[in-house]
Amino acid sequence: MNSQIPRLVLGRLGVAAITLLIVSAVVFGATQMLPGDVAEILLGQAATPEAVAGLRQAMHLDQPALVQYASWLWGLAQGDLGTSYANSMPVADLIGGRLLNTLRLGAVTAALAVPLALTLGITSAMYRGTLYDRIVSTCIIGVISVPEFMIATLAVLIFAVWLKWLPALSFGNDVQSIGEMLRIFAMPVITLLCVICAQMIRMTRAAMISVLDSPYVEMALLKGASRPRMVLRHALPNAVGPIVNAVALSLSYLVGGVIIVETVFNYPGIARLMVDSVATRDLPLIQSCAMIFCIGYLVLITLADVIAILSNPRLRK
Amino acid sequence: MPNLVEIRDLQVKATTDAGNIIPIIKGVSFDIAPGEIVALIGESGSGKTTIALTLMGHTRSGCEISGGSVSLAGRDVVQMTARQRQAMRGTEVAYVPQSAAAAFNPALRLIDQVIEVARIHRTMPMPQARAKAVELFRALALPDPENIGQRYPHQVSGGQLQRLSAAMALIGDPKLVIFDEPTTALDVTTQIEVLRAFKSVMKAGGMAGVYVSHDLAVVAQIADRIVVLKGGVVQEIGPTEAILHRPAHPYTRELLSAFEPVAYARAAQPEAAARVPILEVANVIAGYGPLGPDRMPHKLVLKDVSCRLAKGSNLGVIGESGSGKSTLARAIAGLLPPASGKVLLNGELLEPAAAARSKEDLRRLQIVFQLADTALNPARPIGDILGRPLTFYHGLKGAAKQDRITQLLDMVRLPKAIAHRLPGELSGGQKQRVNLARALAANPEVILCDEITSALDTVVAAAVIELLKELQRELDLSYVFISHDLSTVQAICDEVMVMNGGETVETLRADSLPHGARHPYSQLLFASVPQLDTGWLDGVPLRVAKSA
Repeated sequence: MNSQIPRLVLGRLGVAAITLLIVSAVVFGATQMLPGDVAEILLGQAATPEAVAGLRQAMHLDQPALVQYASWLWGLAQGDLGTSYANSMPVADLIGGRLLNTLRLGAVTAALAVPLALTLGITSAMYRGTLYDRIVSTCIIGVISVPEFMIATLAVLIFAVWLKWLPALSFGNDVQSIGEMLRIFAMPVITLLCVICAQMIRMTRAAMISVLDSPYVEMALLKGASRPRMVLRHALPNAVGPIVNAVALSLSYLVGGVIIVETVFNYPGIARLMVDSVATRDLPLIQSCAMIFCIGYLVLITLADVIAILSNPRLRK
Repeated sequence: MPNLVEIRDLQVKATTDAGNIIPIIKGVSFDIAPGEIVALIGESGSGKTTIALTLMGHTRSGCEISGGSVSLAGRDVVQMTARQRQAMRGTEVAYVPQSAAAAFNPALRLIDQVIEVARIHRTMPMPQARAKAVELFRALALPDPENIGQRYPHQVSGGQLQRLSAAMALIGDPKLVIFDEPTTALDVTTQIEVLRAFKSVMKAGGMAGVYVSHDLAVVAQIADRIVVLKGGVVQEIGPTEAILHRPAHPYTRELLSAFEPVAYARAAQPEAAARVPILEVANVIAGYGPLGPDRMPHKLVLKDVSCRLAKGSNLGVIGESGSGKSTLARAIAGLLPPASGKVLLNGELLEPAAAARSKEDLRRLQIVFQLADTALNPARPIGDILGRPLTFYHGLKGAAKQDRITQLLDMVRLPKAIAHRLPGELSGGQKQRVNLARALAANPEVILCDEITSALDTVVAAAVIELLKELQRELDLSYVFISHDLSTVQAICDEVMVMNGGETVETLRADSLPHGARHPYSQLLFASVPQLDTGWLDGVPLRVAKSA
């Protein structure tokens, strides 16, 4: 190993840390700009100005924004997400179970989506221009053009209402058996697959095609290599960089972008928690959720970059 | 003895994106005897590579074999199933690609790629394949044959990669090896070494070969017979000696005459007496990367280069890749401001950076780049491309501009109607003419020509050189002509400056070339240029080849 790899990887991690700091400032700033005042909302319309002022003081809302930001950041660094304004529970407790639910749904979806997307992407690149490739491409365009709430609603209509195979709602917490888990996860997972697979398939196909057109793959063909060998041994290692990035981008959607799916299937995940908290102006909760989405996104992207760096033999000695 | 290869009435057609079917190979027939090396020669688009690839049953995407037969050792490759072809590739026919740099997978170690044929076809156990690869590396005169295979493609030089690709082809003991322009991308001093290695290995193995090239002089060294192709049709087939010395077909004669070095003879220049040179470069130091504490660039490319160009004369700059000749052009043009040193135009000091120069200075000094493909905006019609400098330098508009565009196209011998076409619709030679016309649009006094004929076929390149000479007579231009090819430089320049490693080796009168060189490096460089003589390669002193 030469010293370039650790340096590049450390560099990527440093950039991720700086990005996180900037995002925290933006998140804090944005929540400050939300219309309405927490104290007024909490106390209702009948509150006297004195009561509102008292509550503001008790919640440290009268301090300058910069001080509030610093103390919030300090808390975050120590793992203290703060206390919910709405129901005075620690934010960590509110988020904990919800985050686990979202991650569980995300993990199941990812475990199915990545192999499926890579297989479809690679095979359609291999058989480019054939009927198979055209069918896959047409289906992807079709799926990507239909909004996800439409897919979700249609899935409920078909599988829950007409066929009565699956429950329409997913209460993630009371799962007793594997069969039950499958039934609960089936529709959200199918809907999410439709949303995230399309981009992964198209990016994988494009990356593979550009590599398959390269002279070294033709050289492998002229050495008598079989098609799977050409693709898996010669083309794939050189397409890893763009493919992992496409996968990471798509998967990052599973952390924060699942709100519609969670709403339609009434799935108790973190995205719904965040939307609910916006309605109640519950700033600590909003901030924590936003930070969690950002961390999830950064972790995936940084991981993809690190894999891309490691897979480049020019950097590997 | 039966022929190893018999090609009969081979036809290949291509389907364009628009669905039109174009015949590429129109009924080609020839034979190859066992152990014989046959060269396919012709300009780009003549179908030479396409024919060579059909010997492996392969056509590039969009093309297909539409008729005829290609029989290899008695079996018709055209009729084979995909599996049979797979089994044949690498073991019976092997391929040495044009650009080894592109044909090696950047993600895999060299040794794994070289012995892959043995792995795919299970011809021998892996340790034995490795041992054989090392043997081949040694036979091909590669440095450190034991360990070179452990490296990745980016860690070895271009000439070494080309020899490694030959090893990759030879590992399966094929009966026929296809060489697809294997030395075109190499410097002459490297080419001589690679040719020597190929020739000795082929002779030792008694293998037959197909050598695809556009360079008759290279082919003369290695081939037994030559097939001359044009537009997918065989023009002439004959033994090498006969083709070189008694060409029957007019096209073959044209190819040969384009190769003959035309000495540049001119009447004495009255302007040459003028004391002040039109362009003077004095002690220029330039390079890339951030400036260091000594105010020198991180990577120094030009180390104290000086030269003079008298009005109306031409200076040739010759050297191998990496010698800094293109950097010199960029430094003169101000695209890469020199770290120190002076550039004088007509005795007046020029600003180092192009952005700081006056419009008038910019106008008088124009540059023409090597690749017209990338130098011309593909989305703009030719008229717009030529019109821009006319408006910029001379403020021409409307009808006056159109007239001048027509005039410019006429100057470079292109029809007026071409002004409405896009660069993509033109041939390589036409694009290079447009590229030149754009420089002429400024009415320059000096034109820097950076390898402008390198990407062109010999016949087309000769025509461009002719055009440059005519323009010089008509417009009183001076050229700085940068090239790696001695014969082109000789054909147009009065003086030739030899560069190596960012330094001037020596400056010579063109008419004293190639024997007037005194410096050992120039002697080596000139001696490495292949000659149209079948015995040239064996006649070059080994000392020259060894130091390459």
